[in-house]
Amino acid sequence: MSLLSLRNGASVATREIPELSAEAWREALVEAVAAGGRAVALWASRTAGGARHLTAVLARDADASLALARLPLAGDAFPPLGEACPQLALFEREIAEQHGIRPEGRPSLPPLRFSRPEGPAVGCAGIHPVEGPEVHEVAVGPVHAGVIEPGHFRFQCHGERVLRLDIALGYAHRGVEAGIARGPAKRRIHYLETAAGDTTIGHATAYCEAIESLAGASAPPRGQALRAVALELERLANHTGDLGALAGDVGFQPTAAFCGRLRGEWLNLTAELCGSRFGRGLVRPGGCAFDVEPARIERMMARLDAAMRDLAASADLLWGSPSVLARFEGTGRLTEESARELGLVGPAARACGLSRDVRRNHPTGMFRFAQIPIARWQSGDVFARAWVRWLEIERSAGFVREQLRSLPDGPVRAPVGAALAPDRLCVSLVEGWRGEICHVAATDASGALSQVKIVDPSFHNWTGLALAMRGQQISDFPLCNKSFNLSYCGFDL
Amino acid sequence: MWKVMRARAAQGHRTQALSELEAGLPDRYRGAPRLDAARCRAGCAECVEACPTDALAVDAEGPRLDLGRCLFCAECAERCPEGALSFGRDHRMATRRREDLVLRGGALELAAAFEERVRRIYGRSLRLRQVSAGGCNACEADVAVLATLVFDLSRFGIHFVASPRHADGLLVTGALTRNMRLALQKTRAAVPEPCFTIAVGACAISGGPYAGHPEVMDGIEGEIPVDLYVPGCPPHPLTILDGLLRLLGRIGPEARPGEARR
Repeated sequence: MSLLSLRNGASVATREIPELSAEAWREALVEAVAAGGRAVALWASRTAGGARHLTAVLARDADASLALARLPLAGDAFPPLGEACPQLALFEREIAEQHGIRPEGRPSLPPLRFSRPEGPAVGCAGIHPVEGPEVHEVAVGPVHAGVIEPGHFRFQCHGERVLRLDIALGYAHRGVEAGIARGPAKRRIHYLETAAGDTTIGHATAYCEAIESLAGASAPPRGQALRAVALELERLANHTGDLGALAGDVGFQPTAAFCGRLRGEWLNLTAELCGSRFGRGLVRPGGCAFDVEPARIERMMARLDAAMRDLAASADLLWGSPSVLARFEGTGRLTEESARELGLVGPAARACGLSRDVRRNHPTGMFRFAQIPIARWQSGDVFARAWVRWLEIERSAGFVREQLRSLPDGPVRAPVGAALAPDRLCVSLVEGWRGEICHVAATDASGALSQVKIVDPSFHNWTGLALAMRGQQISDFPLCNKSFNLSYCGFDL
Repeated sequence: MWKVMRARAAQGHRTQALSELEAGLPDRYRGAPRLDAARCRAGCAECVEACPTDALAVDAEGPRLDLGRCLFCAECAERCPEGALSFGRDHRMATRRREDLVLRGGALELAAAFEERVRRIYGRSLRLRQVSAGGCNACEADVAVLATLVFDLSRFGIHFVASPRHADGLLVTGALTRNMRLALQKTRAAVPEPCFTIAVGACAISGGPYAGHPEVMDGIEGEIPVDLYVPGCPPHPLTILDGLLRLLGRIGPEARPGEARR
């Protein structure tokens, strides 16, 4: 067995991770991916002594385990993986940009985030023009028509048909990972809460579970339950907003208007918990910073029921309108095969028929006791991505109801000592509303946090959007884009 | 068609008056902080140590809290042994000048309206181009929510437009990353003069949690002049709306009776 097996949220002594030779490392990873393993993270690290390593984490969803292996780096190159495993290709580019080390045989890789001042200007690399007499190029962004985050899209078109889409990101690169490593410690939770601000609860939970694991602590049951409630409220808010935005993009105003309001209702429910619509200040190492009293639970239940009633009526209009379905069905289709090959996560993967959901496959916290069935659909198009969201809305609302009704007694937060176990590493996965959030937290010999590697679900999924656009009408891009609704800042970090 | 109309009737009228919106703020909402310097113990710097963004400082005149840097995490209030710091439920916090965001103990100097001549032109119609200069999508989301039917920003004559050439001003969020600098400059240049600029959120005002990072410019101030500062992380939509309406003289001391009701 050349890979180390680890549970989600468990920690391991760094020296126990098997160190393989370049060829063995590559073979082990390619084999594991061929056997159904899924790329979770791949990153470079440096020990205090100056030795460099690459560490890969794969997920084996079927048996709820993660698999790790390290490659000690001798020179400036490592064995290439991207061609054999496309889901690892973006990680290779990230490592090349951050550390100046490259896959062998690939002298230059375009940067992902344009983070180096001496490198190409942002948006000026990684574009693949298509040549031909009637081929034209359309450039969009970084400042878009709507109130959204910055990114640059370059379409190679033949008439209305998109031959290829290149997506250049990095405009929101703020140095999140570097900031976490640098400290001060009191800023760390705020970096995580703003890594992708619409996923505050998801990222804060992944981070806190990692810290708790390294500190040998755990959140009390009531704290775990409230975290799960907040995570599902975050999902409800964003999925509701997405259904409204999808309706808006096909010109179906009723659902667009209703869902715009209802999204706010979910945000206000989160604010009922902790005062912030985005859950700022709620999730902290050791549990939650706020508790709920019976009267608050009553209020939240009443508001949840009212919101769900209105939301069901609002979504029902979508599924019953032929004009909407005609635009949703068959648009931006991805096959299950492509989704698997690209390593997609979240609703985008489940809409292609894949059974991928951290809450089910690698549960931590309250999800070990209260399970949510995986919502799937097979068609891989805009309709599937909308429908999967609706199924998840129904199930999340049921989950929140159930949790609020039967919250465990006791405190919401337990003390977590500042001292972390030295030279250990923890992989923490959380199913955010966009999909799998991965945080890898590592400590040095003194027990200080030396690195937090963040993989936002968008990191896996942007390529899926680019592929889904091939052969589509360029005018369908807003609809396709919205059906993925990926994070720019979560990718850029 | 009948189904849509039935659904519309069932959903009801949801646009809220300003007073209703204010009444709807949650009890745990952390709004404008209050600083009671008289309670401060000499030599105590607990709050300063607790603050993740160095928004707090103690100098010869006592403690001061810079709302432009504050993330409203309330760590300071929790740590203060004397209870000298608290976060109230007042959502009104927007100011016209950067220095007005520095709280000493008194009340905030809330944003004054545009001068009368400018108000006459923009008071009933203001078009804004939003630029996310590296925000985390929380400020962006709570700006976008103003366009939903609950807040119905357009009833006040304020709209977000797609092109800077159609805009009277910019509303900027995010710490201004190095990678967004050129795009912000170009967008600013594309807005016809005079261009008003509104900085929304701790990041746009000071860099927020990213202040001091080599990847960001610590907010937009060094880049373009700012006419309105809306603090928060993110600011509540009502705080943003309040700032916009004050700027236009629709509410606040300069407002004509009945102005904000529409």
